[in-house]
This record gives sequence, C-alpha cells and structure tokens, in this order.
Amino acid sequence: MRLRTSHTSRRSRRLIGLVAGAVAVLSLAACTGSAQDAQEDDEGPAPAAAAGSNDEEGDTVTIGFSAPAADHGWMAAITNNVRDLEGDYPDLDLQIAEGTNDVNLQISQVETFINDEVDAIVLLPFDGAAMTPIALEAMAAGIPVINVDREFDDPNAARVTVLGDNYGMGVSAGQYMCQELGDNPDAVIAEIAGIDSLPLTQDRSQGFADALAECGLDVSNRVAAEFTVESGEEAAANLLQAAPQIDAIWNHDDDQGVGVLAAIENAGRDEFFMVGGAGSKQAMEEIQSGDGVLRATVIYPSTQGADGVKLARLLVQQKAMSDLVEVEVPRLVQLYAPVVTADNVADFLDSAFES
Amino acid sequence: MTEHRTNADTSAVENPVAPSPGSVAVERAAAADADRQSRSQSIMSGSVGRNLGLVVALVLICAAGVITTGDRFASVDNVLTILRLASTIGVVSIGMTFVITGGGFDLSVGAILALSSVWATTFATQNMAEDTHWLIMVFAALAVGAACGVVNGVLIAYGKVVPFITTLAMLAAARGLAEIISERRTQIVSVDGFRDAFSSDVLGVPLLVIIFLLVAAAGWVLLNRTTFGRRTLAVGGNPEAARLAGINVNRHTVMLYVLVGLCCGLAALMLVSRTTTGSATHGLYYELDAIAAVVIGGTLLSGGRGTIVGTVFGVLIFATLSNVFTLNNQDTSTQAVAKGLIIVVAVLLQQRLARRATAT
Repeated sequence: MRLRTSHTSRRSRRLIGLVAGAVAVLSLAACTGSAQDAQEDDEGPAPAAAAGSNDEEGDTVTIGFSAPAADHGWMAAITNNVRDLEGDYPDLDLQIAEGTNDVNLQISQVETFINDEVDAIVLLPFDGAAMTPIALEAMAAGIPVINVDREFDDPNAARVTVLGDNYGMGVSAGQYMCQELGDNPDAVIAEIAGIDSLPLTQDRSQGFADALAECGLDVSNRVAAEFTVESGEEAAANLLQAAPQIDAIWNHDDDQGVGVLAAIENAGRDEFFMVGGAGSKQAMEEIQSGDGVLRATVIYPSTQGADGVKLARLLVQQKAMSDLVEVEVPRLVQLYAPVVTADNVADFLDSAFES
Repeated sequence: MTEHRTNADTSAVENPVAPSPGSVAVERAAAADADRQSRSQSIMSGSVGRNLGLVVALVLICAAGVITTGDRFASVDNVLTILRLASTIGVVSIGMTFVITGGGFDLSVGAILALSSVWATTFATQNMAEDTHWLIMVFAALAVGAACGVVNGVLIAYGKVVPFITTLAMLAAARGLAEIISERRTQIVSVDGFRDAFSSDVLGVPLLVIIFLLVAAAGWVLLNRTTFGRRTLAVGGNPEAARLAGINVNRHTVMLYVLVGLCCGLAALMLVSRTTTGSATHGLYYELDAIAAVVIGGTLLSGGRGTIVGTVFGVLIFATLSNVFTLNNQDTSTQAVAKGLIIVVAVLLQQRLARRATAT
C-alpha cells in the first residue's frame, strides 16, 4: 500500500512535468509558428503590381492588425491579403492578433497594441460601436487608427476609414432586379441579409429597398443570417418554407450563399433567380456555368484590410497617395461595388476570394 | 529493536513468510518513506497543495510570456491589460463557483449577461437614467440577472427539472429575448454619468479590476466564513443529508441561482462600460469559459467542495494564456488546443489528488 503511494506520487510528479513540458513546447511553437504562416498561404489574390516611389523602402513601420474570427471565407481572405503584404514590403513589421468575435478579447488586443506603442493600428472591429471607446483611447495615445469595413460610431475614433460601398451594393442589386423584373409589379422579391446588428447590413438593405422603390417593387420577405454557411442554410430553409412562390432573391453574402444554395437544392426550388454579394470564387464560377439559380453578384472587396495596412504605412512614413495631388492620406476611402454577371465574370475571377 | 519486532509482527500478519534481514531493511525504509509521504501528502491535499499546481501553471505561462516577448509581457501596462481581460469573465466565474459547489450547473450565464446588457441600454432605460440617475441602468441590469436566476432556481429546485436542461432552455430563451428587445441592433450608451463612473481609475487601477477583486473577496468570505457558504457545501455534497439536517435545500438552490444571476448582471455592466454598448451578441460562449475556469480551479463538478481562490487562478491562467498568444501573434486555433489540453490535464491531476486523499 505504502510503496504504491510513493509510486503514485512519482507518477503525478511526472504528470506535472509533462504539463510543464507541454506548455513549454506550445510556447516554443508560438515562436516558430509565425514564420511558417507567411509561407503557407496561397489563398487570396496576389496584390496588384505595385508601382511608384511609395513602394520604396522607408523607415520600419510597426502595424497592429486585428480582425474578427475567420468563420467565413471573406473574413479569412481579409486576413490572408494582409499577411501577403508582409512579403512585399520589407519595411513592414506586422503584428496580427488572433481573430476573435469576443469584443472583450478584441479590446484587449488593441490594448496590447497601445502598450507596445505600435506606429499604427488597422482594425476591423467585430462591432464598430463596441470598439469605439478603445479606438478613441488609441487615437488619444497618439497612435493613428485605420478603421476597416465596420464603422466606429465616432468620427474621432479613426484617422482613416476604408469601407466598401454598402449602400451602393444594395442599390446595384436593386437596379439589377429592376432590369430583370421591372415589368412585373407583383414580383415576389426576397432578401437574405447578413448580421442584422451591424449598420452595414442596414445600409445594404436600405440601398436595396430604395433602388427597388424606383421601379415600383418592394421586398416581400426578409430573413437574416450571420455570414456563415450554416446560418445561410438555416435562414434560406426558413425563407423557402415561408414563401411558396418567389421571383428573385438577393443574398447579401456569398459565404452564407453556399448554405443558401444548398438549402435551395434540398428544397428543389428553381422558379426564381438569385443575386449574391461580396463576390466569392465559387459564386463567380456558378455564374459562369449558368446552370444554377445564381445569376449575378455584387463585389464587396476583401482587399479592405490590405488597403488599410498600405494606407497606414503611407501615413506613418508621411507619404501621400501618389496618384492624388493632395499631400495627405485621405480621410475616407470607399471602394466601388461593381455588379458581376455572366458577361463580365471573366474579368473578376482572378481576384475573387475562396469561400 | 522493538521497532524492528513490531514491523516484523505486522509483516507477519500481512505476510506469513518470515522476513529476511534484507526485506526488513527494505520495509523500514519503505515505512520511513511512507511517513514522509503522508506528511507531504497532508500538505499536498490541503489548500496549499491544491493551489500549488495552479500557481505552477500560472508561473509557467508567465515564464513562457517573458521568454518569448521579454518586457512587453512583464510591464505594468500588460499586467493591467490581463486583469482587465479577466475581470468580466472573472465575476461570472465567481458566481458559477457557488452554483457548481452547490451541486448545480448554469449554462445560461452568457445569455443572461447579454439580456442584462440589452435591458440596461434600451432607449427607455437610458431615458429614465438621463432624467434621474445612471444608477437606474445598474439596477436594471442587476434586476434582470436576478430575475433570470429566480426562474432558473425555481424550475430546478421546485420543478425538479435537471439543471442542464433548465439552463439550456434559459440560454436559448434569454438570448432570443435579448435579440427581440434590441431588435438585433447594437445599443449605444449615451448616458455620460454611466460612462464616466465606470471608466474611472482608483489609484491607477481600473475600476473594472477593483470590482473583480472585491467580488472575489466577497465570494471567498461568503463561501468560507458564513453559514450560507457552509450550507452551499452541504447541499452540494449531499442534498438529502442536508435536508435531514434542517437546511431548506430548495430555497438555498434558488438563492444560488439568483447569486449567479446577479454576478451576470454585474458582469454585463462591466462589459457595457468597456464597450459602451449593449448587445445580444455579448457574452457568447462565456458559460464554457466560466466552467473551465471553475473546474481547473479545483471545484468539483459533482459539488460539495469549492474554492474561490482556485477559480481566480483559473481565470487568470486563461487570461494570461490569451495574452501570451496575442503578444506572439498566434491564431485562435493553437490557443484553443492549448486550452483544451490544460483543462483535461488539470482535471486528471485533481482526480488523482482526490483519490489519494480519500485512499489514506
């Protein structure tokens, strides 16, 4: 009995040693991990060929980048495009924080950047309003903040804001529908939105509704998903149950669109056509093949994060955007939202993100 | 000589074969060794031993942080960052410790937090607060938390519905209600008094951290030095015996769930002040983090034994781990694996220590 006891304690001491070893190994992995990451990506488009003196090497710029969890392809493409910049610009020291949907943790990440006194922070907040206080703190500490995609609710919280054109996206989708259905005043139009609590979703819906109103149409059914495949499948399944006859669907996002198309196939419905959003590779290939319900999509660039980082670098190195006459980096950059149909899909396929 | 014969006698009882001098020497050595073992065992199975493992783990993670990032980790600012990160989930975990010690379980803490944050920041509440005092918002959050706790407690104690199912239902219902009330929008805090009050520092330490430390201290006193705490341990250890001993088990259970509900309400206020928003998306998966912290802290999932100090260590371990990963630019996946490993190893170690403590 007693011998067994000392044997047990030796075993548990070994276990403690194992734990220590495991933690040590994991932390060593932490040192080597970031080197591997840079080599692993082939996803995301290669950045357009850089030109001009702005790309000449300048002083080293330390930029802290934080984005939400990459639970859908568009968000993953944002972070991958940012990582790709590391190879192009040797004067760039990128600190990429882990993707998280927990605002508490994302605030903590920005706090860490402030403590480290980085030269600039590029932030795609999970929720713009929730991250505004910490962004204000960063600006007050003298660190310029570049706000990407999901806007803060205070103009003083960021030096530069890089957005897609959410209202314009809705308008483009609405105008396309007007083109196709304008002569049918009773057309049943459904909308599958993204995360409803985000102002950008509200903007897209507003643009859509306004454009439809111009030709006398309106949205008959609206559901909301969360940009993820599962939520898209769920929302679409509910929608198809609720509306036995649909003429057209606008789905805000092609990532959740994978789930939406799956639900449509499962239900065996095809009396309508669908317009997507964001512009994923899968969606464009569907449009090209022409045998599904997906007929068009509206681009919402996944390059915004990388654009933000490039602008941050210009800001810190005190350079200007070379194609403009103005010497200061712009306050707001809003990227364009073109409509992609079978006619022009070949032009956009190369720069599309993987879902 | 006498000792030798005693040993020989006992060994004769256990083992009829007459011991040779060599084996006797081995036995004496084993006896001495066992004496030493039992002495260190009594230390190890005491509170020092239980928490020693946690302290070692925390020190290891801090060491990893210092090794990989030097004084970026070891600065006062970074320590405050870790504490701020730990504060909100810490308050929830303290409440969860009580529930788990009492033999229960609460999966709905994150959802209750979201509902509290939404209710405290609705247009109506904020209007009322503008007219009177920002304490209205505090009251709203705490009241909502307590109300959800009452519902949980009554269903579990009097309705005899298993805690897992009850709190699972509350998880879904509370978040759904939060989405309905907020209309799935983020609600922004416009009452300046509230923002100013909660974002102040006390002697350079953020108010959020002070609140966490106060709640932890109060929790420790409540669990270890009051009859409420004794009753909680009794109810968790053996509810039938507790009932026979005269404790109103049902009422006590309800009080435990109200307590964790209040903690959720308080945590909601802390999160609202940190983000100046109330939202139905706050507190996602907080229940898992809270349970993980409580479990690795040494509180038994089956109830009957609880430790606030352990929970605080558990919360700090996860927060520090998160911070070290952030400083090293690691992604969520690696950290999630590490978290899982830590939980499993911690529970295995605890079970081993518990088995040894009961074996002797």
